[in-house]
Parts: sequence; C-alpha cells; structure tokens
Amino acid sequence: MLDFLKTLFNPPPPPSSTTAKERLRLVLLSDHLSLSPETLAALKADLLAVISRYVEIDSSHADVTFEHRENDVAVLASIPITGVRERTQPPAQATLPLEMSAIDTETHAVQIDAGSESVDTQAMNDTNASENGATSTPVTGVVSAATRRRRRKKAQNLANRSNANAQQLGKPAQA
Amino acid sequence: MEARVEREPARASAPPRGRAIVITSGKGGVGKTTTTANVGAALAALGHKVVLVDADVGLRNLDVVLGLESRVKFHLLDVLEEKATLDEALVRDKRSENLSLLAAAQTREKEDVVTAQMVALMERLRERFEYVLIDCPAGIEMGFKNAIAGADHAIVVCTPEVSAVRDADRVVGLLPNDWRPQLIINRLRPLLVKKGKMLSVDDVNGILRLPLLGVIADEPGVIVATNRGEPLALDAASETGAAYRAIAAKLAGADIAAPSVRVPGTGFFSKLGSLFGGRA
Ligand SMILES: Nc1ncnc2c1ncn2[C@@H]1O[C@H](COP(=O)(O)OP(=O)(O)OP(=O)(O)O)[C@@H](O)[C@H]1O
Ligand SMILES: [Mg+2]
Repeated sequence: MLDFLKTLFNPPPPPSSTTAKERLRLVLLSDHLSLSPETLAALKADLLAVISRYVEIDSSHADVTFEHRENDVAVLASIPITGVRERTQPPAQATLPLEMSAIDTETHAVQIDAGSESVDTQAMNDTNASENGATSTPVTGVVSAATRRRRRKKAQNLANRSNANAQQLGKPAQA
Repeated sequence: MEARVEREPARASAPPRGRAIVITSGKGGVGKTTTTANVGAALAALGHKVVLVDADVGLRNLDVVLGLESRVKFHLLDVLEEKATLDEALVRDKRSENLSLLAAAQTREKEDVVTAQMVALMERLRERFEYVLIDCPAGIEMGFKNAIAGADHAIVVCTPEVSAVRDADRVVGLLPNDWRPQLIINRLRPLLVKKGKMLSVDDVNGILRLPLLGVIADEPGVIVATNRGEPLALDAASETGAAYRAIAAKLAGADIAAPSVRVPGTGFFSKLGSLFGGRA
C-alpha cells in the first residue's frame, strides 16, 4: 500500500538509458565545441555577415562564445551595433563579401534550436552586454566525429579554393 | 587496327600487401585485446594468413589471451632494435599455422618505440601476412600514436557506456581523415537494453555514426575462454564465437548481416534488430 502511494506521488524516474543518452549528448556537445577553434571562427564570421545585412556593427569588438549551462550549452553573441541600415525589406539573397563567401555553412559542427532563440535576459542585465544586445541560443545538436572529419576535409578544400580565387583577383590570401 | 596486348594487371608485378588494422578504443578495458585475439583467430580459421601485434608495450596481454605466453622468446622492441630477427620473434599459434603473434615487451615503455621503425616493421609484416591486427594500448598518447602509425584501417571497440562512447568519439577524431573506421560494440547486455537500463546499439551508433562491424554480448564465456587461453571464436557451439566469426568474414569482404546476440539465461537467440531501439 505504501509502495502504491509512493509510486502514485513519485512517478518512476526515466529509464537510466535515457539519462545516459542525455548525458552523453551534453558531454559530447561540450567536447566538440571546445575542440574546434576553426569552427568557432567560421561561425563567428558567418554570424557577423548575417547580422551586418540588417544593422551596422563593429565586428572588431564582437564576441562569440559558448556557455555551458546546467541543462544545455548556448551560443552567446555580443556584437556592438553602430548604426541602422536604410532598408526595410531583408535582402532576398545573401550577399557576402568575397572572403566570407568561401565559408560553407555545412562546416558548422553545431545545430541550434532556432525556435527558442531569445534575447538572454540575464546577459541584458549585465551592463556591458545590455549595450551590445547579447543573444543566447541553445545548442541542441552535435555532429558525429565521422561527419566532422568529412566536413573538415571539405572546409579545407573550400579554403584552398578561396585562397586561389583571392590570389587571382590580386587580393592577399586568407590566413 | 592495332592489336592489343593483354597485360597483366599492375598489381601482379608488385607483391600484394596485406591490410594493417589497428584495434583501438581510447578508454581502457573495453575489450581491444579480447577482440584482437578473437577476430584474428577467426580470420585464420577462414584460411587467411594473420599476424597479431601487441602494441601495448609495458602491459603485454595478447600472448596470455591466446595461451601463447610460454612460447614468447623475443618481442616487438627486440625486432625494432635488431636484437632478434622477425622470424625469431614471431610466435606460431598452437591451433592454426595461419596465425602468428608478435608480443609486446613487458619491461619497457611506450616511449621506447621509434615511430618510423614501427611503420617500417608493419610494412614488412604486410608483405608476409594478409592481415596485420594491431592491439592498441588505451589512451591517446605515444603508444596510441605508434600503434596507428603503421596501420591503414581502424576498428573502434566501444562498450554501451557514456565514458566509452565519449572516448571512442575522441579517438575517431584523432584518426587520419581519409580512414573510414568500423565499429564493434562489445559487452552489450540485451536484457538490460530491453529494460531501458543500457544504451542500445542505435543509441551508441546514433552518436558515433560508424559502419557497424558487429556486436558482441557481455558473456561469461569470454572470461572462461580467456582463463583457458582459448579464443571463443574457435568454439563452434558458442553464439558469441559465431559473432566473432561473422565479424571476421565481414572484414574479409563477405556480405554478412549483423549477427544475432544471445539473451543470457533464456536460451533465446534474439535478432539484433529488436535490440537496436530499446525502451525510450
Ligand atoms: N564480451 C565480453 N564479455 C565479458 N567479458 C569481456 C568481454 N570482452 C572483454 N571482456 C573482459 O573485459 C576485460 C578487459 O578486456 P580486454 O583486456 O580485452 O580489454 P582492453 O581494451 O584490451 O584493455 P586495456 O585497455 O587494458 O588494454 C577482460 O577481463 C575480458 O575478459
Ligand atoms: Mg589490451
């Protein structure tokens, strides 16, 4: 009887394999994020390119980091806005500067939960961040090591190609 | 019209080279040595010429698992340092003349191995054997680097545990970019998977996403066989032995479906498919 009441008020915890799966997801997420500085650089460049389509930004003071929280990992972007673009309609097609067009969106090793993207209120209370308007987006997915290896190769090819293009146009190649 | 001269394929002029396959995991104790011994024995039983290389310098184990410890006179470092010839150091298996072992040094350190010499030795072995299976030490340091240096393929062994999957993922990231490592999931307990108490094959490989070479159940028979120094792969009556044989056949190119896994204590042979999902 007591057992019955116990189960009535405390539903059984989820099977431990579910807990294991969730812990594994988070642990790998943070492993992969801390493992790939190139990915972080590519993500930052893409992010700045997209945001600068809408507002003028000071990209030299932009900061993109990952924050490990209790139940997820989030991308935190702090990007100073210097002005507003004179345009009401968003551009139909992305026009990236030449250096950036080489960055393949597929090389990103993170998947984000776009639905729950929000302005991070905690960051907004922070004096510095509130001026910059920090955004926090939970990171929900992680790409397997095998997939990352393939993408690394692809990114390398793209980078080589873009360097060749830049040289053809008389521009200095990207580092 | 010009007459065409039939030519021998290019391969016929150069002697065919065997494959050098490293069995690795990152995490220790997940079954690399057991897997190397069993897959090696099964490949030899299929008629292939196989050499097993114990690259775990300082922690020699493979000789014991194979029951060959009394026959080891020289080891890998003796060959690298030219204190013994390769022929003197190779130990012939008692059961199969297709199977040989190159033992590790027990009283030396992993740092004593010169990587370039290791690569050269693997090349020599590949000229003489169809399969060179390299038993990799745990970890990702020098011993790991030396073990993978002379290989051209990897088998990653992983148990259905958070730490093992995490380490397997790390190791896969450290392997050369153009490899396509294959996965063996070891010590799976089908009943636990069914009850939702263990990660399933799908849970593990949903993360690692590697071609699945096989699944080995957690079973006392493996330990009993190791006690005796008789690889379970040679036990015709053992379901786990059959799983090792299926892995060997798959590695050798046969089109084999994933083997079934025995549910301990029930005498019921479960098709692997039903174990993939487990409970939510
Ligand atoms: N499928 C299995 N069922 C039951 N026991 C197993 C199984 N596979 C391995 N073991 C046991 O687990 C232990 C560790 O196995 P093994 O020595 O092969 O691991 P390893 O990865 O080579 O370890 P190390 O990292 O120390 O070299 C041994 O006692 C072995 O008998
Ligand atoms: Mg071992």
